[in-house]
Amino acid sequence: MCAEKIVAQKSQRALRLAEFLAGAKATLPLIVGAIPFGIIFGTLAEPSGLSALGALAMSLIVFAGSSQFIALGLLAAGAAIPVIIATTFVVNLRHLLYSANLVPKVRHLPQRWRIPLAFGLTDETFAAVSGRYMGSDDLTHAHWFYLGSMLAMYGNWVLCTALGVGLGELFPDMTEWGLDFAMSVTFIGMVVPYLRNTPMWAAVIVAGAMAMATVGLPHKLGLMVAAVCGISTGLSLLLLQQRKVAAQEVTP
Amino acid sequence: MNEVVLILGMFAVTFSVRYVLFAVAGRVHFPPWLSTGLGFVPPVVLTAIIVPAVLIPQGELWLSWRNPWLLAGLFSALVALVRKDLLTTIVAGMLCFMLLRFGLGF
Repeated sequence: MCAEKIVAQKSQRALRLAEFLAGAKATLPLIVGAIPFGIIFGTLAEPSGLSALGALAMSLIVFAGSSQFIALGLLAAGAAIPVIIATTFVVNLRHLLYSANLVPKVRHLPQRWRIPLAFGLTDETFAAVSGRYMGSDDLTHAHWFYLGSMLAMYGNWVLCTALGVGLGELFPDMTEWGLDFAMSVTFIGMVVPYLRNTPMWAAVIVAGAMAMATVGLPHKLGLMVAAVCGISTGLSLLLLQQRKVAAQEVTP
Repeated sequence: MNEVVLILGMFAVTFSVRYVLFAVAGRVHFPPWLSTGLGFVPPVVLTAIIVPAVLIPQGELWLSWRNPWLLAGLFSALVALVRKDLLTTIVAGMLCFMLLRFGLGF
């Protein structure tokens, strides 16, 4: 029997499973990175005013790490629910760019595939799946790769949230240890890697200053004002820089 | 049932953003400024939460070197700049905060 025949006989199912596992495996390093986030999210939930069940439900239903954290921060600060939802929307808008990027790869799939794949479109899965779509020409079963990546990420996220919630229950007086600072320090650790150029520094400084200036606004609406000011500052500076570079390239 | 509203609302906006283009499967090209602008969103929103949290930790502006939230926050930012590792930053920042708050009684 020749090798080609054996390959041909290999069932579709085995190919799908191979893709599925490859997707999970490719996401593994990113999953490891998400573990502390999930645990810290679960631990901080109750001190921030979200019940243990609410924290689990949020990870199960919303499945968006950074906006879940921001929701906790806003809950703890006493923000109104519509403000938290609006902030979630703004923070997750970047996923629109991811999905625009992936549409050509999923448009042939039925909606019963596209719905769960869209649900699992996190930063981590986008990174893993983009690698797969660039890596090989045979994309027949690539959506199984996507599914493997998102389910691995999802399972880990929910599990780590549960772990964190359990930790919080074990040590209920953790709030008194200064856990409100744990949120700030986590956010600081997340922001600093972004600070690689002047526009980003300017955006962040303006946002911080505007957040202080608008702190008296009701429902934490100042957050939106600060975000808009920061983003427009950074974006304007960046576009100015690009224009300058372009002008220099034109003039010899 | 505020939590139910919160979670369903967050789900609705998050899932809509992720699904709308998959649903219509149309080709869309965003202007470059939009994608660049969205890149600013996470650090900007996070900063807008951090700054008041460390400067107004207990309901009043506390601009002083005796403010452990502020001191430990600055220290964490320094650690993050040098080490660029989230876990190291969290552990170092928390240790610094606890030392200031409970060790030195700031």
